Amino acid sequence: MTLQFNDETFREDYSFHNSERAIKRFPFPFDKDSYMYAVNMEQHRGGPSDSIYEKRFDVDEHYVSEMRDRAMVLADDPLRCQSLPHMTLAGWDLLELIMVSKSEDYPDLFELHRDGDKWHWVNKPLGIDDHFTFMDETTLPYGPMEYITRQTQGDFCVLDQRDDNLWMDAGTITTQADWSLDFDIGMNFFEWHAPVPLAHEKGIFVRALKFLLNIQQSAPARRLNWTMTVNPLLDTSPENYHKWGIQKTSLTPENIGAKQHLRVELQTFFRLPRSNALVFPIRCYLCAFQDLMTVPKWGRRLHRVIRDLPEELATYKGFIDNRPMMLDYLSKFDDGLPTSNGIWPEIDSEPPLKSD
Amino acid sequence: MPKFEFPTSILSRPVYGVLEARAGHQHLMIADAEGAEAILDIATPDLMAKTHIIYIPKGTDFADELRALNPAQFYQGPSYAASVSRIQRVLQDAAMGLQLYLAGTEGLMGQVQSEAMKAGIPHTAIQTEHRGSIARRMQCVHCKGITEDVATDPFQCSHCNLNLFVRDHYSRRLAAYQAVCIDAEDPGNVPVKKGLYE
Repeated sequence: MTLQFNDETFREDYSFHNSERAIKRFPFPFDKDSYMYAVNMEQHRGGPSDSIYEKRFDVDEHYVSEMRDRAMVLADDPLRCQSLPHMTLAGWDLLELIMVSKSEDYPDLFELHRDGDKWHWVNKPLGIDDHFTFMDETTLPYGPMEYITRQTQGDFCVLDQRDDNLWMDAGTITTQADWSLDFDIGMNFFEWHAPVPLAHEKGIFVRALKFLLNIQQSAPARRLNWTMTVNPLLDTSPENYHKWGIQKTSLTPENIGAKQHLRVELQTFFRLPRSNALVFPIRCYLCAFQDLMTVPKWGRRLHRVIRDLPEELATYKGFIDNRPMMLDYLSKFDDGLPTSNGIWPEIDSEPPLKSD
Repeated sequence: MPKFEFPTSILSRPVYGVLEARAGHQHLMIADAEGAEAILDIATPDLMAKTHIIYIPKGTDFADELRALNPAQFYQGPSYAASVSRIQRVLQDAAMGLQLYLAGTEGLMGQVQSEAMKAGIPHTAIQTEHRGSIARRMQCVHCKGITEDVATDPFQCSHCNLNLFVRDHYSRRLAAYQAVCIDAEDPGNVPVKKGLYE
């Protein structure tokens, strides 16, 4: 199919919107009617046709507008993209992984022509046509990690592996769920996750680290994570929290369906060949409550998950104050019928919402 | 002065120990204020004969006692900022096996640790002992400015004037805790300041 790119914004007038196709393929993160942290890893080797799992790096209708938003964030605050000196090789690894993947998975959008170390990269949606020398930084307008992540949706953490740990030593982070690369750069896996409640006690991070340290080349993994965002704001950074925090208080029973978004992260993990670094893309998908509610299964389930979520998690995810209003809204879409297992919408087999 | 027991916290928050004399032929001890007492506790004539002490009194009067230990080298600095280039120079010359001892406030220990890491010393090889003030070195996550010796929560950023709350999340690279706007969702509603750990 030919992809139509939306012309939309993730700030000020918030013209971001999901097409019907985007809603159907939204990565709803709850596979049952309740939620708790888990090491919910699986292989990242494709998935159902047209799902967000199908390609190695999903390109969707928001691509061009998301890249425009990233450029604005980086212009305002260059510290959102940083790479410690020993991470340049990993940056080249990442550039290669993305260029090869995108040109193979989306040949109508991206082309990569290689003649030894003379590379020619064509990015049609963004109008980029560059010749450069692989592994020669002077032939690109930015460092390799910054160059390619300005052209790829999702945040990118590039993790060095040493001392049986992973180290947040490089990244491009402009669509984050309230954490600061500039503060966390140089930290190890346990340190950058230190503020997360409950999961340490459950042994989640010890097991997750063990899994990640053993990820092999050509065998990437993935998981979903989620939070809540008022307005389709990609840049929910701590740096700008004093500007966007107030938006959380703008919800009313009338606007909550349109304003409140479920924010889902598709997190993937790829081993990089030369540096042995691990790249950890965090791809953000946003969907308004009113769009989610068009899928009966998701309506029933979201109400139950949010209602039963432990208070610590609702606080950490930043929506404890808005939870009662969310539940008032969501309860209208929960008729008490059972839901099928798994995250998929099951539009054809799940019963429509039963109204009294 | 009794030692302060920090409450257990999250995994990025530094944990300090008690200095002990280790074997080695080169010892570098850097302290501020009451940190002098941690050095006095482990000093022996043998150890001091191989020790370089860098000390920032911060209004205390331990300097004479330290000098009386007769260390191989002694420097008294008026402030950390005034001493940092000397500290960098000394770390640059450090031979393999140098023993590094830090004592005093979190801000002093954190900043020297960060310099030592840049010089190639792993942070796990550095001994630390907290003494004296429990005030923290805070980075405003919004403007990136550092406010030294923060003793209350919340506090006002000394650079951008936002009202900030004190987190336990700590960056070794920045040698600072993270501070975040406290009234972003309710501008002007700033809780009354309390002392840290109160």
